This record gives sequence, structure tokens and C-alpha cells, in this order.
Amino acid sequence: MRRSAAAYWTGFCVILALLAVAPLVLPEFWRRFVTEILIWGLLAMSSDILIGYTGMVSFGHSAFFGLGMYGAAAALMVVKPANLWLALVLGLAAAAGVAVFVAFFATRLRDIYFAITTLVFSQIFYVIIFTWTDVTGGENGLTFARPALSIPGLFSVPFTTETLHWFVLAVVAVSFLILRRVTQSPFGMVLQAIRENEPRARAIGYSVERYKIVAVMLSGLFAGLAGILYAIQNKFAAPDFVFFLVSGEVVIFNVMGGMGTLVGPVAGAAFFLLLREGLSRYFTEYYLIPVGIIFTAMVIFMPQGLLGFARRRLNQ
Amino acid sequence: MGLPVEQILIQTINGLVNGMILALVASGLTLIFGIMDVVNFAHGELVMLGAFVGATTIGMTGNFWLALMVATLAIAAFGAILQVTTLRPLLGRDPLTTILATFGISLVLQKYALWQWGPSARKLQEPITAQFSLFYLKYPWYRIATAVLAAAIIGALFLFLKYGKFGIWIRAAMQDRVMAQAMGIPVPLVHTVVFAIGAGMAAASGVLFGPLAGVTQNIGADFTLRAFIVVVVGGMGNLGGSILAAIFISLLEAYASLIVSPAQAVIVSFVALILTLLFRPTGLFVPTPK
Repeated sequence: MRRSAAAYWTGFCVILALLAVAPLVLPEFWRRFVTEILIWGLLAMSSDILIGYTGMVSFGHSAFFGLGMYGAAAALMVVKPANLWLALVLGLAAAAGVAVFVAFFATRLRDIYFAITTLVFSQIFYVIIFTWTDVTGGENGLTFARPALSIPGLFSVPFTTETLHWFVLAVVAVSFLILRRVTQSPFGMVLQAIRENEPRARAIGYSVERYKIVAVMLSGLFAGLAGILYAIQNKFAAPDFVFFLVSGEVVIFNVMGGMGTLVGPVAGAAFFLLLREGLSRYFTEYYLIPVGIIFTAMVIFMPQGLLGFARRRLNQ
Repeated sequence: MGLPVEQILIQTINGLVNGMILALVASGLTLIFGIMDVVNFAHGELVMLGAFVGATTIGMTGNFWLALMVATLAIAAFGAILQVTTLRPLLGRDPLTTILATFGISLVLQKYALWQWGPSARKLQEPITAQFSLFYLKYPWYRIATAVLAAAIIGALFLFLKYGKFGIWIRAAMQDRVMAQAMGIPVPLVHTVVFAIGAGMAAASGVLFGPLAGVTQNIGADFTLRAFIVVVVGGMGNLGGSILAAIFISLLEAYASLIVSPAQAVIVSFVALILTLLFRPTGLFVPTPK
């Protein structure tokens, strides 16, 4: 046990170091690409709390992601000069607001009903954002300037590709550590108990609904954080990111990488984005045809995902 | 601002027509769910494919009714293949895996349609061009014919389920899969046939829908979502409930679009769904379970 823990942290540090060096050695296009993988990986990790640990498949993560995005956009557009920390706070507040709303209603339902309700909620927010043109820019979305990387009273420098990558890496790494700690805490254990056998968890005396609400809110907060990072990286917010296809992609990340592992969804996001990048050179916009076939085959033949598959291979 | 009576009546007819098309989609979806616990995320994509196959057939032969038949049979056969290759291996696993698998299929089908038929919207030629006057506007007979035809197909399904030998097998497999198997009913075959029927009905509604609005590869997601709402509001796996719910939801949206824009009217049905799930999760149009 001790040795495997040491091996785990060594692996963690090696990967962290590799990711930290990445922008220094990679060409410009791949630098942005790695940053993007990290952001989508954070979104995938956040939904893993629900899908993998609590056994609730959410098809509504685009709502949290998108509201984080629009919250950050609001802060960056209204307040001059644009402030990074204000964007973070407002984005998180927006995502948390949605999360409270969704959690309150959706957690009363189970299985497919939960999936459909989260989907419908995200579509409600999509329709609102899409049609409320005066505030959200409607179909065109919002564009804004990137804030400077600053610590109030200490320094303030504009983001470069490298510093942006490191900033994202730091946020994602810290989020990973927090989420990992949460899943190993007594709270996380109760979530896994709910996944394994909900009636029994209730019979033992846990207030299952309350745990589920907190799980959805936690998940929504981190999904919102990913949305804020994406807004800062790309300097725009668009209703497309609230559409339920994004939620579907997040579920794909989880299935491809391996649910209930936290690392798996990040690997799944990387795998998916690499696959998309590689395939779209040959298939242009039709890359989803082969990706969809691979995904469906993985659901049928590899339900543990890449990570589970690799682990089983290594154990043999 | 008072709403004139004529507008309300026109919207009632519109709602009924749309409701019948939606009922055709939703009854296939609810049948598939009822018998194999499969939540078919690709159902709207089958509607879309049916419309495109119909459009191609009309382009070649110029006959709408022939196109309706060809599309229904082709998509039913395609549905059977789809069920055997992707859903049969998942039987007995968590129903959530079927959501994931059919979601993957829907992505593939949507992009395939874009590749095959291109991004521009197609409008199918109406087979009946006559119109009758309804208050201040000319209302096409075709819309009325659509509703009647959809009702006829659903009625045929009801009769088939009630009196046909295979229909009785389907109902038996719905009630108790293991027991039906023990009685010698070929349950895997029944599953495949039900999926094919559902797919064929989806395709038929796609062709019927074609002349009402343009067909693009994006209409699938919209149909899937609306059919889901209907199926849940009507009670999962409950055929009669789904049909009533389809009409109820379509009327609701039709009336709502008198006040707000049609894009926002969708929210009304979303809210109806959430309220149903919270206060009556077994469905609005089913007797209260004991």
C-alpha cells in the first residue's frame, strides 16, 4: 500500500512536471491544445463526481460550464479594467446559482429521469441565453478582452501563452487534489455507497438527498471553473457551449477514459481531442462519424474505459 | 391585449396536427422503452433519416405515398440492424449504458446525414395542395390529412398489439421478459421487431413532417428531446399516455407561442416535464399507482 502510494505521487509529479514544461518545448498550436485539454479535463473530472462516484449520469454539465463562462464574461465586460479574480468570483457565483437550482429539483429523481431532467435544465438555460439577445448577445455570443494575470498590490502582467498555460495547470492541479481529497473523505465514501446501493445507504441512516444535492453543487462549481478558464483562454462566450451536445461530449470523455477514477476522464478528454484533431484532418467536419463509432464500440466492449482496460492489462 | 378567438382556434388545430406527428414518434420511443428498458437517444435521428430517405425517393419517383412506404420500410430494416449490432449486446446491463450507446449512434447518424445530403434544408413536395378557408387564412388540407394518417397508423399499432399474435407476444414480453421466454416466445426476435416498428414509425412521421417545414440534419435532436418530454409526461412505457401527452404538450406549445416567440415556447413544455417529474413521476395520464 505504502509503495503504491509513493508510486502514485511520483507519477503525479512526473506528469505535472511534463505538463509544466510542455509550453516551453511544443510549437504554438500544440501549446494551446494542451491548455485546452486541461480545461476540458477539469470539466470531465467535475462530472465524474456525479457519473463515476455517485452513479448519476448528468447530461446537463453544459449549463454549469456555460454559466461559468457567461458569469466571467459579465465581470470582464462590465468592470474596467478587467479583473481576473472578479471574473473567477462572478463565474463561480453564476455556476453555483444554477447548480443550486438544478440540484434542488433534479436530485429527487434517479437514473434515466435524472439524466433527462439535467438535460432539460441545460436546454432551458440554452434557450434563455439564445433568445435573450440584449444581454447575452444571442447567437453571436460575447467577446471581451483577456484580463491581466495579477495579484492585487503585487504585480500585474498580461497573459502570454505560457503563463496562461501555467495558470490553467495550477488551477486544474489544485482542483484535482481537492476533488481527490473529497472522494476519499467520509463524504466521498457515502457518495460511493449511494452508487453501490442507494436503499441500503438510506437504511443505514444517511440523508441520501442531502448528499446528492451537495454532490451536484460541488460538481457544478468545478464545471463552472472550467467554463471560466475557457472564457479567459478564448476571450469569448457563446450559446453553443450551453447546448446539450457539450454535455454529451463530457459524458464521452468519462466513458472513454474510465468513470470513477478522476484521472480517467482527463485522459478521456485528451484521447477525444487528439482523436478529433487527428481524424478531422481526413474527415474534416465529419470526424464525429468515426469518433461516434469508436465511442459506441467502447460502451459495448470496454465499459471500464481506457484506464480500466489498461489497469486490467497491467494486472494480468 | 386580448387574444382573438380565431387565433386560439387556429392554434388548437395546429397543436393537434403537430401533436399527432409527435405522438407517432413518441409511441415508438415508449414501446422500445417499455419492452427493453432502452432509452433511445437516436430516435429523433431516425425521424430525420426517414425524412431524407423520403426526400430522395420523391426526387426519383415524384410520388409522395411511395416515398412514405419506402422510407418506413427502409428505416425499419435499418433499425433492426441497429438493434442487433449495438443494443442486443447491452441487454441486461444498466439502462444508462443504452443511453450512452444510442447517444453515440445519434452523433454518427447526424453527421452521416450531413455528409450524404448536405447542409441545406429540403422541403418535401406536398401530395395534397388543396386548401380550405379557415377564418382569415387558407388552411392546407395536407395538415389535416397528416393528423388523420398519423392517427390511423397509431390505431393500426393498437389493433396489432391487441389482436395480432405477434402483438400479444410483444405485450407478454413487456410484462415479464423471463416468463415470456419460458413460455417459448422468442424474446430477442420480439425486441428486434419492436425496435424496427419504432424506427419505421419514426421514419413515417419524418416523411409526414417533411412538407410542413424544411428538413435538415439538425431536426433529430429537437425531435428526440420533445419525444422524451412526451414519453415522460405520459408515463414511461405507457402507449396511451404518450399519445395524450403528445397532444397535451403540442397544444401547450401552440398556445404559448401566441404570447411568446416559438423558440421560447419550448420552455413551457420543459417546465411541464419538470413539474410532472416532481409531482407525478409515474406520468400524468396513467391511473395512480397503488
